[in-house]
Amino acid sequence: MTTLIIISVLPIVILYLGLYKVQKALLPVTIIGLLAAMTAAITQWNDSAVPIYHGMMLFNNFSVAFSVVSIVSTILILLLSKGYFERISSHIAEYYAIILFSLAGIIVMVSYHNLVMLFIGIEIMSVSLYILAGIRKKDFASNEAALKYFLMGAFSTGFLLFGIALIYGASGSFDLDGIRDWIVTHSRSNDPLFYTGVMLIIVGLCFKVGAAPFHFWTPDVYEGAPSLITLFMSTVVKVAGFAAFLRLFSACFFTISSFWAPVLLVITIITLFIGNITALYQQSFKRMMAFSSISHAGYLLFAIVALGAGSANSIFVYAAAYSIASIIAFGALILVKQQTRTDNFDGFNGLAKNNPFLALVLTVSMLSLAGIPLTAGFIGKFFMFSGALAHYNTLLVVVAVVNAIISIFYYFRVIIAMYFRSAERAEVEVPAYYKFVLGISAIATIVIGVYPAFISALI
Amino acid sequence: MESLTQTIQAVPLNHYILLSAIIFSIGVMGVLLRRNAIVIFMSVELMLNSVNLLLTAFSVYRGDAAGQVFVFFIMALAAAEVAVGLAIIVMIYRNTNSIDINVLNRLKW
Repeated sequence: MTTLIIISVLPIVILYLGLYKVQKALLPVTIIGLLAAMTAAITQWNDSAVPIYHGMMLFNNFSVAFSVVSIVSTILILLLSKGYFERISSHIAEYYAIILFSLAGIIVMVSYHNLVMLFIGIEIMSVSLYILAGIRKKDFASNEAALKYFLMGAFSTGFLLFGIALIYGASGSFDLDGIRDWIVTHSRSNDPLFYTGVMLIIVGLCFKVGAAPFHFWTPDVYEGAPSLITLFMSTVVKVAGFAAFLRLFSACFFTISSFWAPVLLVITIITLFIGNITALYQQSFKRMMAFSSISHAGYLLFAIVALGAGSANSIFVYAAAYSIASIIAFGALILVKQQTRTDNFDGFNGLAKNNPFLALVLTVSMLSLAGIPLTAGFIGKFFMFSGALAHYNTLLVVVAVVNAIISIFYYFRVIIAMYFRSAERAEVEVPAYYKFVLGISAIATIVIGVYPAFISALI
Repeated sequence: MESLTQTIQAVPLNHYILLSAIIFSIGVMGVLLRRNAIVIFMSVELMLNSVNLLLTAFSVYRGDAAGQVFVFFIMALAAAEVAVGLAIIVMIYRNTNSIDINVLNRLKW
């Protein structure tokens, strides 16, 4: 549990550093603190996991794996933030601190063992994100994103809470084990309170992870928020949402899957189609990435629809592949946007001529998001599809393959713009930090794609 | 304390559930239909408070304190949410001189 303590104390230290105007030390201290938290998490790997703090938290291998993915993604994102926040305001310590507070909420979300902690984790994360979405105070799009995210986030929290209250009313417990035992002992009873509660929790969590038909806030918020914050929301936050979703359903509601699996199946199919088809029509790269993140939410839901022993691992692999690829895509977008002042596809025209490195890593990222073999994205999709096939969900896999083909069209638009369209442009300057993060991420994508054995049986 | 519990239990549990469901639905309708950011915000609070009522009722009927403790967490986090939410609304008011969410259409809703 040292991880959570380090990540909670770190932002307070950062705020003090900001108070004493040690701007240069902010990023190094944050990175060192996060590395320490990650080490603390890894040392708990394969420890005998018992619920701690009166059964509130359970730090098992599942939590360790997802904590490490979240922390690594956050480190990569923060490395991209070098020089980014300074352009928004001179008080940059607060931005680092709020991102870290949000990460603390995420650690709670992936290691809760009681519905109280699920709620608290989601709230700590969300309240920090409401602020982060609106950090460009004079920019109207950023304001609008913050308000929409806030209203929709609070609205969905209401559904989640009502669901938790109904489940408490039926089972008399907030504890995951307690609820599971109640379901086992009352397996034949048809308690309407309990089943309504499960439905409301599904609604609340689908809002949080941006699955259709509760996705309508996602594109606006992702487009309006500053690119770096969008990156954080579409990778770390989405992964944490799915980890929390899976933890609840695999620990508690596993035995009544015949009740909720059809609902999630429909949600998954709608999400895939809405995400992919709407993404085809976008002119803005950033908005396309928002719709693509909706479609990836659909693929991630596969593991919950076809719940089994391998679900945790397939979500882990898919989430890692998706996060790495998104980090490259948004990193490239931030650089291109600084030069061209636009986030349309046209901004990428002719990029390959002057910036072969940037074009190459962005190509790797797009191929990985589209799920082309020899990239990490293919391995992720492979695990998801084989998990669904193991449950004889052939319909779902057919729909998903059709969607994977649709998605190739819009991901390849970027590649075509970079390599086959010509435009008069100067070289985009790529700072050393960006070179490091983009290079590492591209290598990781290909290594996981070529040699998936070391990541495929972790959890 | 004993008499308070008895007073609460004098009303059948189903009535509490129905009342909470009605208040919750009013909140949902308010969020979906009203156009003023502050009123939407109040509707969200209504939703959270219906949950509080429901949790308290369940807690009394089961003689289990956990539900009432949860109510405190909801209150504390709702207060944190209010602080951030009102700040966001003030920020928008400074830029647009309005808190009608219909002005928020630069990004497609």
